[in-house]
Amino acid sequence: MPIIDPEAIVGSRITNQSLSRWLHSLPGVDKVGLEARAAALSTRSIKTTSKAWALDMAISMMDLTTLEGGDTKERVRSLCLKALTPDPHDLTTPQPAAICVYGDMVKHAKEALGKSKIQVAAVATAFPSGRASLAVKLLDTKDAVNAGADEIDMVIDRGAFLSGQYLEVYKLIQAVKKACERKDGSHAHLKVILETGELETYDNIRRASYLAMLAGADFIKTSTGKVSVNATLPTTLLMLEAVRDWYDETKIQIGVKPAGGIRTSKDAIKYLVVVKEIAGEKWLTPKYFRFGASSLLNDVLMQRQKLSTGHYSGRDYVSVD
Amino acid sequence: MFEYAPAPESKDLVKFQDSYGHFIGGKFTKPSATYQTINPATEQDLAAISHGTAKDVDAAVKAARNAYEKTWSKLDGATRGKYLYRIARIIQERARELAVAETLNNGKPIKETRDVDIPLVASWFFYYAGWADKLDYAGLGPNPAAHGVAAQIVPWNFPLMMLAWKIAPALAAGNTVVLKPAETTPLTALLFAEICQQAELPDGVVNIVTGFGDTGAMLVDHKDVNKVAFTGSTDVGRLIAKQIAGTNKKATLELGGKAANIVFEDAALDQAVEGIVNGIFFNQGHVCCAGSRLLVQESVQDVLLKKLKRRMETIRLGDPMDKNTDIGAINSKAQLTKIEKLVKQGVKEGGERWAPNCPMPKNGFWFAPTLITGVSPANTVAREEIFGPVLSVMTFRTPAEAVAKANNSPYGLSAGIWTEKGSRILKLADQLNAGVVWANTYNQFDPASPFGGFKESGYGREGGRHGLLSYLKGAN
Amino acid sequence: MRLEVKKTYKLFIGGKFPRSESGRVYKVNDHKGEFLANVAKASRKDSRDAVVAARAAQSGWAGATAYNRGQILYRIAEMLEGRREQFVEEIRALTGKTDKQANLEVDQAIDSFVWHAGWTDKIESVAGNMNPVAGPFFNISTNQPTGVVAAFAPQDTALVGLVNTIAPAIVSGNTIVVVSSEQLPLPASTFAEVLETSDLPGGVVNILTGNAAELGSWLASHLDVNAIDLEGTSNAAELEMLAAENLKRVIRPGSYSRKSATGSLQHILDLMELKTVWHPKGH
Repeated sequence: MPIIDPEAIVGSRITNQSLSRWLHSLPGVDKVGLEARAAALSTRSIKTTSKAWALDMAISMMDLTTLEGGDTKERVRSLCLKALTPDPHDLTTPQPAAICVYGDMVKHAKEALGKSKIQVAAVATAFPSGRASLAVKLLDTKDAVNAGADEIDMVIDRGAFLSGQYLEVYKLIQAVKKACERKDGSHAHLKVILETGELETYDNIRRASYLAMLAGADFIKTSTGKVSVNATLPTTLLMLEAVRDWYDETKIQIGVKPAGGIRTSKDAIKYLVVVKEIAGEKWLTPKYFRFGASSLLNDVLMQRQKLSTGHYSGRDYVSVD
Repeated sequence: MFEYAPAPESKDLVKFQDSYGHFIGGKFTKPSATYQTINPATEQDLAAISHGTAKDVDAAVKAARNAYEKTWSKLDGATRGKYLYRIARIIQERARELAVAETLNNGKPIKETRDVDIPLVASWFFYYAGWADKLDYAGLGPNPAAHGVAAQIVPWNFPLMMLAWKIAPALAAGNTVVLKPAETTPLTALLFAEICQQAELPDGVVNIVTGFGDTGAMLVDHKDVNKVAFTGSTDVGRLIAKQIAGTNKKATLELGGKAANIVFEDAALDQAVEGIVNGIFFNQGHVCCAGSRLLVQESVQDVLLKKLKRRMETIRLGDPMDKNTDIGAINSKAQLTKIEKLVKQGVKEGGERWAPNCPMPKNGFWFAPTLITGVSPANTVAREEIFGPVLSVMTFRTPAEAVAKANNSPYGLSAGIWTEKGSRILKLADQLNAGVVWANTYNQFDPASPFGGFKESGYGREGGRHGLLSYLKGAN
Repeated sequence: MRLEVKKTYKLFIGGKFPRSESGRVYKVNDHKGEFLANVAKASRKDSRDAVVAARAAQSGWAGATAYNRGQILYRIAEMLEGRREQFVEEIRALTGKTDKQANLEVDQAIDSFVWHAGWTDKIESVAGNMNPVAGPFFNISTNQPTGVVAAFAPQDTALVGLVNTIAPAIVSGNTIVVVSSEQLPLPASTFAEVLETSDLPGGVVNILTGNAAELGSWLASHLDVNAIDLEGTSNAAELEMLAAENLKRVIRPGSYSRKSATGSLQHILDLMELKTVWHPKGH
C-alpha cells in the first residue's frame, strides 16, 4: 500500500504557512452548484433488484451507533445483539459493519460481539467537542484501543481549524493516529470527524478533508451527530470528490462516513447513488463507505421486509433498541 | 454491482387521440391532410396530425382577430390575468400527463420534462398572469396597447415550454394568438388547446394550427397578423425577417447560438464540470443556448478534461421514459443525420472525437454525448450550431483571448463564465456579446428573467418585464 | 473689398475630413436654386471605410463611463451653441426658413443634445432590471449598445433631424455611420466640425454626404453593421430585406419624430441589447 509523503504533496516542509498555502490553493466550491448536483442525484429512482441490493449494502455499511450519556452495558449489549441478528425472521439479512460507542463501552461491545466480524468503533479525543488537552485526547484514544477498539472516531479541533491553525489540527491527527497503534504494530482504523456543521462553508469542508487525508486519516467523517447540522448529501458528495481526487493523486484510498440525521432507507439509497456516481464502484463497500446511524437500521429492515413480502411492514415488526 | 433497474414512468398517464385537427375558434377542426407524429425513441406512430393549409391559417387568423376585437381587447386586465392563472393551475394539475406526453413526442428524458419543462410552463403562465392588470407599470406609460393578432411559431426542442414563453406574455398584454407547433412535436400544444377549453378561455383567443414550414410561412405572411414571434433556426429567422420587411409587423426572433462556456484556472472545477455537462448535454444538446464551445484555460485543460470525461462516463443514455435517463433520443432522423455529418466534418478537420462507452437502443434516433478536442476556432464544429450532444473543446491563455474567441461568432445568444474571481466575472459579463451570461452556473431559466440574443441569435426578449414589452405597442 | 474664403464640404470619417475616395462631388443649391457649394459625394468605399472607423471606435466609446459620455454629449451642445450663427445661415440658405425658424431648429438641435446627454447614466435606472428569479441566484438585466449603427438622416431637415438620428445612437455607446440629407447637407458638414472640437473620439460619429439610395444597399447588407435606421431612405422595404441577412436591428421610417428638442427613450433602447447575467448566491 502506498505511503503518504506529506511534504511531497504539499511541496515543502510542513509548516502552518505551507499548509495554509496548500489548502487555500484547492479549487473553490460553488455552493449552489454543489447542492444542485446533490439534488439532481437524489432524484434517481432505485427500484426492485437495485433497491434490494442497495438496502443490503446500506446495512452492511452501517456503524450502528449509541452515544448517549445514559448508555449502559445492557444498552450496548442489546445493540450488539441487534447487530448480530438484525432481523430474526430473515437470517439472510446482512450484519452492520460496526458498533460505535464511547470508549468505556468498548469492552462491553467486544464481549457481546464475541468472534463476529462486526467491528467496534470508539469515539475518542474528548468527543464531541474536542475541547481537552492533547494529553487527554491521546489517553482517551489509547484507552479505547487498549480496550480492543478496532476503529477510532476522533474529532478535530474546529476552533483551531477555523482560526487558521492548520498545523495544530494536522499534528493532532498525526498524534492520534500514532496513538491508534497497537503493540503488534497494527493500528486501529482512524476516522476523522470534521464536524462539517461547525465548519459551515463548503470551502472549509474541502480543506478540512484534505488536511485530514494529509495527516493520515483512514476515513473522513462528517459529524458527531451532536450539533444541529449533521451529515447532508451535498457535504458527503463534496467529501467523496475529495477522496476520489486524492486517490487519483496519491493512489491512497480513503473512506467516507456521513453520520447523523440519516434515518430512512430512501435517504440511505440517495447516499449510495452519490457514492456510485461521484466516487465510483470502488467506494461501494463497507471498507470505504459507512453510515453513522442508529434509527436507520430499523427503517431499512422494514423496507427489506416490504420487498420480500410484497406488503408494507410496521414498526412493531422490528425490534426497538 | 449497483446497476439501476429500469424505472419507467407510466405511459398510461396520457391518452392521445388517433388523429387531431387544428384548434380554431375554440373548437377542433376535422382532421385533414394528416401525417403521423412519432415517438423518436421508438419510431412508433403516436397520432395523425393535420397539415395546415392557407385556408386553415386564414380561418385561425380570422378567429383570433374576431376574438381580439369582440372579447379579449374588451376584457379588463384583471380578468385576462385570471384566465392565465386558471391555465397555470390546470397545467400544474395535469403536470405529469403533460410531462409524459412531451417525453413521448419529443424524446427528451422524463426527468427533464417532469422537473424542468412543465414546471417552467406553469410558472410562465403564473408570472405573466400577474402582469395582465399591471401593464401601466411596464414602462411604456399608461394604457399601453396590444398589437392585436400574434403569429407564433415554436420549435421542437422545448415544445410546450416555448408555447408558454409565447402565449403567456401575448395574452397578458392583450393580444390573441395563432400558434404553430413544430411538425415533429405538436401533441402537447394540442393538449394545451384542451386546457384552454377547460379554463373556459374565450373562443379564438388561442388558436393552434399544426403543420410544416409552409404552414408557418403562410401564417407569418397573413396580412391580418400584427406581430410575429418565432423561435427556431437562424436560417428561418432570416427568412421571416425578410418576409415582414416593409410591413408594420413587429418580430421577436429567438434563433441559433454557439455559446462559449469559459473555464478559468481558478474555477470551482467540480461545479464547472457540472455546468459544462448541463450546458451541452441538457436536452440532448437541442438547446439554442447550449454551451457548445468549451473554452478552457490551458493550465487546467488536463485536469478539467479528465474530470469531464469521468463525469460523462456516468451519463445514462436510453429510454426517455426511464426516470434515470439523462440523455434521451435525438428528436428526428434528419437532426441525427445533421449531427453525424457535422461531427464527421469536425474529425476530418483535425478534431479528436471522444465519447464514453454507452450502449445505444436499437430503434429510435440516438447520439452519444461527445467531445471533440483539439478544435481550432476556424473549424466547422467551432462555428456551426450542431444542436446535439457534442462539445467542441478549445483553449485560451488569457482573459482577453477568451473574450476574443468567445465573441468570434455571428451568434450572440449566451455564454458561460467559470471563475472564483468576482471582478473577472463582472468584466467578462460586460465584454461578452451575448444576451444571457451565466456565471458559475448554466442553463438557468426563469419567467422573471429576460432571455434572447445579440447579433444573428435574433432580437426581442422573452421573459420578465422586457418579454412583456415584446407584446405591447411602442416597444421593439 | 476682401474676397471671402469658402469652405470645402468634405466627409467626416474616423475623426478626419477626407474627400470622397471616388473624387466625386455634387452641387448643392440654395432654396432659390442658386449654387451654394460642391459637396463630397460619398461612395461605396467611403461607406466601407466609415464602418471600419466606427467599428474601431466602438469598444472604446462603449467602455467610457456613462458620466464621461454625458459630458461629451453636453460639450457637443455647447459647441453647437457657439456655432449657432453658421448653422442658422446654412439652414436659411438651404431651406428658406426665416431667421426665427432657423434659430428654432438650432435651439432644438442643441436642446436635444442636452436631453440626450442626461440620459447616458440613467438608461439603466429606467430600463435595466433586477429580476427576482425563483432560486438562489443574483439576476440582473442591463442594456448595452448594439455596436455599429448605420443610419439615414431624414431628408427634409438640415440639422435637427441629423442630430436626432445621431444622438440616440451614440448616447449609449454605439458608434454610427450616418448619411445626411442629400439636398440639405451643409449643416451636416459643419456639425462634423463641431464634433471634431468636442472631445468626441474619432470614429464615434462618421458623416457621409451623398445619395441614400446609392449607399443604402451597401450599408444595409454590411455584415459588420449591427443596426440600421432607415428614416431617410425611400426604399426602406428593400433595405430591410438586405438587413435581414445578419439580423440587423431595424428602425423603420416614421418610427420616431426627429424634429423636436427631446428624443425618445424607446429610440435609444432600440439600438441597445438587453443582457441578463446570472450568478449563484452562496458561500
